[in-house]
This record gives sequence, structure tokens and C-alpha cells, in this order.
Amino acid sequence: MYDVIVIGAGVTGSAIARELSKYERNVAVIEKASDICEGTSKANSGIVHAGYDAVPGTLKAKLNVAGNEKMESLSKELDFPFRRNGSLVLMFEEEDRPALEALYERGLTNGVKDLRILTPEEVRKIEPGVTKQVAGALYAPTGGIVCPFGLNIALAENACDNGVSFFLDTEVLGIEKKRDEQGTYYRICTGSRKNGETIFESRVVINAAGVYADYIHNMVSEKKMTITPRKGEYCLLDKTEGKLIKSTVFQLPSKMGKGILVTPTVHGNLLVGPTAQDIDDKEGVNTTALGLETVMSKASRSVETLSGKKIITSFAGLRPHEDGGDFIIEEVTDASGFIDAAGIDSPGLSCVPVIGEYVADIVNKISPAPRKKNFIATRKGVPSMAEATERERQALIAENPAFGQVICRCEMVTEGEILNAIHRTLGATTLDGIKRRTRAGMGRCQAGFCAPKTVEILARELGVDMEQITKAGGNSGFLDGTNKEVQS
Amino acid sequence: MTDGQNVQVDVAIIGGGPAGLAAALGAKKRGADNILIIERDNELGGILNQCIHNGFGLHTFKEELTGPEYAARFIEEVKKEKIPYLLNTIVVDVDAEGKILTLMSRERGLFKIRAKAVVLAMGCRERSRGALNIPGYRPAGIYSAGTAQRYVNMEGRMPGREVVILGSGDIGLIMARRMTLEGAKVKLVAEIMPYCGGLKRNIVQCLEDYGIPLRLSHTVVDIHGKERLKGVTLTRVDEHSKPIPGTEEYIPCDTLLLSCGLIPENELSSGMGVELSSITGGPVVNESLETNLEGVFACGNVLHVHDLVDYVSEEAAKAGENAAEYVERQIRETSRGIPVCGEKGVRYTVPSYLRPEYMDDPQVIRFRVGSNYQNVSVVVYVNDICVIKIKKRTMAPGEMEQIKLKKSDLEKVCECNKVQNIRICIEEQ
Amino acid sequence: MICICCPLGCALTAVRDKEGEITVTGNTCPRGEAYAKNECLSPKRTVTTTVRVKGEAQAAMVSVKTAGEIPKDKIMDCIRELAGVEVALPVRIGDVVLKNVAGTGIDVVATKNIEKK
Repeated sequence: MYDVIVIGAGVTGSAIARELSKYERNVAVIEKASDICEGTSKANSGIVHAGYDAVPGTLKAKLNVAGNEKMESLSKELDFPFRRNGSLVLMFEEEDRPALEALYERGLTNGVKDLRILTPEEVRKIEPGVTKQVAGALYAPTGGIVCPFGLNIALAENACDNGVSFFLDTEVLGIEKKRDEQGTYYRICTGSRKNGETIFESRVVINAAGVYADYIHNMVSEKKMTITPRKGEYCLLDKTEGKLIKSTVFQLPSKMGKGILVTPTVHGNLLVGPTAQDIDDKEGVNTTALGLETVMSKASRSVETLSGKKIITSFAGLRPHEDGGDFIIEEVTDASGFIDAAGIDSPGLSCVPVIGEYVADIVNKISPAPRKKNFIATRKGVPSMAEATERERQALIAENPAFGQVICRCEMVTEGEILNAIHRTLGATTLDGIKRRTRAGMGRCQAGFCAPKTVEILARELGVDMEQITKAGGNSGFLDGTNKEVQS
Repeated sequence: MTDGQNVQVDVAIIGGGPAGLAAALGAKKRGADNILIIERDNELGGILNQCIHNGFGLHTFKEELTGPEYAARFIEEVKKEKIPYLLNTIVVDVDAEGKILTLMSRERGLFKIRAKAVVLAMGCRERSRGALNIPGYRPAGIYSAGTAQRYVNMEGRMPGREVVILGSGDIGLIMARRMTLEGAKVKLVAEIMPYCGGLKRNIVQCLEDYGIPLRLSHTVVDIHGKERLKGVTLTRVDEHSKPIPGTEEYIPCDTLLLSCGLIPENELSSGMGVELSSITGGPVVNESLETNLEGVFACGNVLHVHDLVDYVSEEAAKAGENAAEYVERQIRETSRGIPVCGEKGVRYTVPSYLRPEYMDDPQVIRFRVGSNYQNVSVVVYVNDICVIKIKKRTMAPGEMEQIKLKKSDLEKVCECNKVQNIRICIEEQ
Repeated sequence: MICICCPLGCALTAVRDKEGEITVTGNTCPRGEAYAKNECLSPKRTVTTTVRVKGEAQAAMVSVKTAGEIPKDKIMDCIRELAGVEVALPVRIGDVVLKNVAGTGIDVVATKNIEKK
């Protein structure tokens, strides 16, 4: 029996696992995908919101400002890319000023620091790339951007380094509420493509299952929950466009709709999106012609020089939206020891640095445990040759000559980095896993040149045939047999 | 890093594909003897190594060769001339002013060389699904035609069994045949334009021979399958290439190959400060194939995408010769030359500038047209006076064209130093 | 049929009369006529493909071609015969990989030089 089981290895589950690993406890994380960071956590804006959006008094409001403050120190501890680039909410019509001022007031109430309302001239001084149509803006210097994969993977690796067991490719099939002389416990039946059925047991279970959190919650509770997948489509632009703006540029919600953001990413691309469409399919991460068109046309209202020709890829993510509109982080009233961390949609990523603590406090109240003495607080990411100085590059190659062999030419990722990504804690086993850990294949050719080489390296290092290597687990293999097979 | 710091070459050639090889031989022929070819892959020959089909070399060798055979002719020549080359070595960065190249390889780590002239010959890459912005899911099973070609021809692996090909460029057509021969079922080739992008010969010998349908004015508008590709939605498009609602058709398949155009790979060039053309995606060059940076030349598909490798070799040999000549003479004047423009149907020209004192006689000017033409004339104007008029039965965007401009053509109009502009147009006969 | 002799791509029509004589129309030059007759009587193609390399090598496959054109209807037979062929290294361009493929009298030869590892 585990002391705590976390369902879901997305950014929320990983943050909780990492926090719990600070205590003397036996913790397991169960994840249905073949890698960490495979759901909502891999397809979002990567924005660390300042905190003026959330309605005062909500959990979102409380955790956002605190999470934003802590992101920087967390990024240093766990070595993931984060930058405080500031954010702007643009207003295009003078008649929208009251709404902008309301947002400002809300920010003050939530405790957002250094908020200012700017004149059009001031906006264009900060962001010359922004449209001349701008009538004013709310400026939040504390707004930031983060690598969503980097954050998720760092938290999970560090949790694992501190003794948390991760079970990937393990899907929860059913949960039974049981009782023994010590009280309630949960019997979780899981299925895995590799290991078949496995039973996990624990008195404390945390539901961090993202868009599936309702499905998990409803297995143990009579008070039913509904999580609606809210689809957001995005376009990612070439690094040549990354300097069009330096802050994250939002649009003030108006009669024109909610608006689309334009932001640089921590790696120097430009990201535009998302749309917001409620759908039924919890796996419905397909983009649509209409969605992508909407993204580009609305975004060009903020930055007129955006060019569709510079799109290198597009994607869609699903935010787990709960009808109440706030996060649900609490012990389920009719299931003692079962804690929901559900409905973590925007600004969930911004709250990550404090969500873990928030949940750990609840766990500690239910079942206290002593602090671990040998907790490892820091973690080093995969080295990046592209970002290294000449001296650092030389040192890496001296350590392992594979750092001299470029595999992904667009992002300058070397074999050394790919080997590191495979052989580290919770190492990559899929092409997408390599991509999220090293950026190989994230550039403008979108893995055209490097995918065959990466597949070959993965197969060699994992000791399997190339045909066993997948894009993202399951049935997502790249190759199907050999030449002339059918004839022979 | 100090190791190799003082290595100085006359001509550094970035890329060991068809362009790089021909440039090296061109430079050698023109008298340079301190040449270095830098190749990122583990063998010379570049993309020709995976182009195992025949049809290469008709112009150069008057016989039909396969890609590897064509490459081998040049590789043997390079070896015979003892031109040094580095394999598995990538150029990380070029300091254009001092022409200091930072190189990196597994064996030697990071090291620098200094060059008197640089020839850019890095080739091109394929337009990706992302750049095409095709909506839908993002499953495994979507490959650029070239990636599939590598799997099939170099590794003997099949990327899938039921194939749809989007784009009727030559690589797409050739892969339709290759996949069929190796046991896959190619369901169709879809082309968004109302005409095929590839050569007639490939339509006949790669599609018709195997009964593979070519669906013109069709494109893929949706991609299905969450893990591995399950199918695509094909639709007819109108004359503006916009999908026509109601014509959607679901085609089950496990593989989608994209053959939708090539893009010169100029990341290194733009990092150096080389001016690029927004039309070709390649450097803006003068008659010597020299970029805006003195002593930096460009040739092959990094300059503009070619249809025939023979023209790449021809162009690259010139670039190599000019680089050698530059090294010999060192100082050149800085004038940019006379602008050469493509107008009325001519999308671009290479070169974009011409200095009469350095031009070949005749000087080859290559260009492409923007759409299909029948019975037209290619007309060259110097200072708005017509100097050349050539009748053409047919012209197509997929085929590179060229005209030869003689010094005497310029002198017909005025003294060479008074030439203001050169324009190339397509006109009705 | 479309003529492939040059970029013009003439639409050719070939009609065979009772005596077996073939008349070609739609061509603009004599090459078109010859092409159409050939395509009707005995269409031939050069086949290019790959065969496996024996043992550990720097390449898994070596590219090959038929040394001359073979009848079009023998293409798949040619492929089937090559399915079982493995080549020992080193191999040089022009080395015969398979003699008299599919009874056509034409050999299959290597089109690439590959050294031993």
C-alpha cells in the first residue's frame, strides 16, 4: 500500500508529487500516457499570468499571484526556462476604458504589483510592434513566460529523484472505496499495454487527471462533477518573428469577443492563440481550418505584421474547465482521503509553484508525515548546445564527443543532448519525449531531417528495433515493415 | 579551439552535395588549390544519395544516371583532385567580416578556420505539414516525401502501407512509384493546382504505369487518427485554391507524404548578414553569384530551387570559379551593378544584379515563370529597349528557364556603363 | 497518351489498323511518333530500387538499377526476384547484383560505391 497515490503526471500531478516527496512518504504517480506532460500540460500558452484576471476571492486569484511570485525561484532550483517579459492587455476602443479600469482594480485587489494603465504612446514605446490602433493598455511587468514542458518535466524528474515512483502507460480503469480497521482506503485497478492489470492501494488519492478528473472523481463520489474540455487552437511562428514583440500581448475582452494573445516563447518563437471552444471529446486535440484562421486574423489586430507564411506548426490543447469556473482543490466530502485537484484551467500553469504546497497541506492534515532530511531540492536540465557559450560547448564535447554531432540542425540539438534525454531520470522513450526534452524537431523543418536519426538513436539506446519506436506511445509508430516484404 | 585556429583556406565550401562538389571542382579548375568542403552528413553527395531513381546527368554526361551514380562522378573527381573535405562536420557560425568559420564535429569538437572566400551550398529543405498549416490531428504517419525517401531508400524501411501523397512535385511522384514497388498501396496523388508540378515523364512512368490516380485541383483539409494516421479528408478546390464545400471525401490511409515545395536553407546565411530574396528564399546575388557580402558566393538549391541537378552543377561550378578568381584578385570595387528584374510573369531572376565588366559572355540568367504559358515570347529589355526575343511553345512554373545575355546585347543599346536596368518579361506573341 | 519526350507534352493518339500498322496523331515531332509506337508495341522501363547489404555496414541498403530497359510487364517480377538478394561488401558502381533478371536478359547492377566497414 502506498501512502499517497497521485493520478496524472501532468504539471499539476507532478507539482503535487514533488511537494509530497519532501516528506517521509511512499508516493506513486499513475499516468495513462507513455510519458509525463502528455495532456493539457503540453499544449497551452506557456504564460505565467500576473494575476489580474481572476475574480477576487477565488482560489484562482489566491494562487495566481503567489504562484507568479515563486516561479522565478522555482525555475532556478529546477533549471527550466522562465522569463519575466511583462504583459499588456490592449484596448482598441475608448468605450472599453471602463472594462480596462475594472481589470486594473481587480489586479490591485488580487495584490498584483506594479500594475499601470498606459497611454497609446507609452504602449508603443514599450512595444513598437503593436498596432497603431491601440487606445490604451494595462501593463503588468510581473507577467512572464515559461516552457510548459520544461516545468512539468523538471517537477516530475525531481519528484522521482526524491523517491516518488512513476507508473507510465498505466490507465486507471476503476477505483473501489474500501474499509479496514484503520479506516477508508482506495483500491485502484489499472491497465497497461505492457504490464496488463495492476492494483494500487492507498488511503490518500489525489485526482490530478486533467480533462479526465470528472471521470476519476465520479468513480468515488455521488456528488458528480463535469469537466468540459475547452479547446484552444494555436499557431507557432518561426524564430525570425520572435522579436516582433517582447511582452505577452492580450486583447481586452470586448464586443469583438475574448481576444487572442500574441507572445514570444522562452525559446524565441512567436505563439498566437488560443481559441476557446467547448467540445465533448476529451481527446479532441485536432485543429480546424476555422480555428486557425480565427487565431491569425484576431491576433493581427494586435500585431499587424503577423504573417501566416511564417507559421511552422499549429496545435490544439484542451483546458479542463469546470462549470463553477474556479479550481477545485479539496478533499471530496463523501470520500475521505480522496483529494481533487480538478478544473485546473487558466491560470493553472501560473499557480503550479504553489498548488503543490496547497495540496500537501491538505494531505498533511489528513495524514501527517515528517519532513525528509535528505530532500534533493535542485535538478539540472538537459544541457543545451544551442544556448551554451563557446566555452561551455567545448566542455560538453570534452565530456562526451556526442555533443559535437548535430542531429537537429534547425534547433542545433546534438546527439549528446538526445542521449542525456534518454538516459536521465524518467528519460524519453518516444520521439515527442525527445522533442519536449531537447527541442529536436521543434524547429522550422519540423523534424523532416532529424526524425529518422532520432528514431535510430532511440532504438539503439533502448535496445529495440526502430519499428518499436513511437511518436507518443501506443499505436503511433513510424515504420511498418521493410522493403519488398509483401512480395517475398 | 586553438587547434585549427590558424588553419587558413582559400575557398571554404559549405555543403558537400551536388552544388558543393561542383563548386569545389570549379574553384580548383580556376586555380585555387587550398579548398575545403565541409559536409554535415557522413558521406559526400548530399540528397543525391537517396535519389536512387534515374534521369540525372542528361545534360552534363549525355547519359541517364541515378542520383548516387551522378554524385559518384563528382566525388571521384574531387578525390582525384585531392580536394580536402570534412564529413560529419557542421558549420555552427560564420563571422562574415573576417570569414572565420566555427565548425563542430564529434571527432574534433569546436574549431575555427579562416577562409578568403566562402561558397554557400547548403541546399534546401521541404515544406512541412506545419508550414502548410493543414488542420486536423497530429498523429504519426505524416512525412515529407524526402523523409520517406530516406527511410525507404537508405534504411530499407517502410513508413507505411496505405499512402496518400499531397503535392505532385517530382519527389512526390517518384515516391509514389517507390512505395508501390516496395509493396505499399498508393491511393492517389492530390495536387492543389489545376496542373501537375512534376515532369511529364514522371506522371507517365511513376503514376500511369502503376494506375495511381492524380487528382488535380484537390487538397487535404483534415487529418484523422489520434495515434497513427487513419485517413485524410480530400476536397476539391476552386480557382483560388479554396476548398469547395460539399466535395469532401474521406480517404482511409496510414501514411500521408507531403511533396509541397522546397525552401532554400539559409539560416547560416542570414546569420552572417547575407541579404535574402523574399521570392526565392535564397541570397540576392550578382552575375558572379556573389552575395551582398564580398567574397561570399552562393549556388545550387540554397540560392534558388532547381529542377535539374545538371543546372545545379553548372551554376555551382561558376560560383566556385568566381570564388577562386576573387581570392586571386582580392579587392573588387563595391558597386552593386545593374538591377536585373523579372516582370510580367517572370517571378525572379538569378542573378539580380549584373556588373558588365565581370559578366560572362554570354551570361546565363536563370528564372522561373509564375504560371503556365503557351505560345509566348521571353523578351529582354535593356534600358527599356528590346534586345532579345525568344519564342516559347510552352512555359511552366515547375521548370527553370534561362536566357543568355551577350555583352553585345548591352552594347546594342549603349555603352555598358550607361546601362540602367535589365528587364525580363513574358509577352504574347 | 502524353508524350514525355520534351516539356511540350503532346497528347498523342495511336491507332492500330488491320495490318497491324500503327498511326500516330497529335505529335509535333518525329520523336513523338517513335515514342507512341514503342509504348504500344513493347513499352520498356529502367527499374531502380535497392537491395540489402550483408552484415554490419555503414549502409543498410545499396541502390541498384537494371543495366538496360526491361519490358514494363516484368517490373514486378524483377522486384520479386530482388527481394531475396543480399550483397556482400565492398560493392562498386556497375557490379552485377543479379544476372538476367526475370528472364529479360538484362542484369541488375549496383549504382553506388559502398566500402566495407
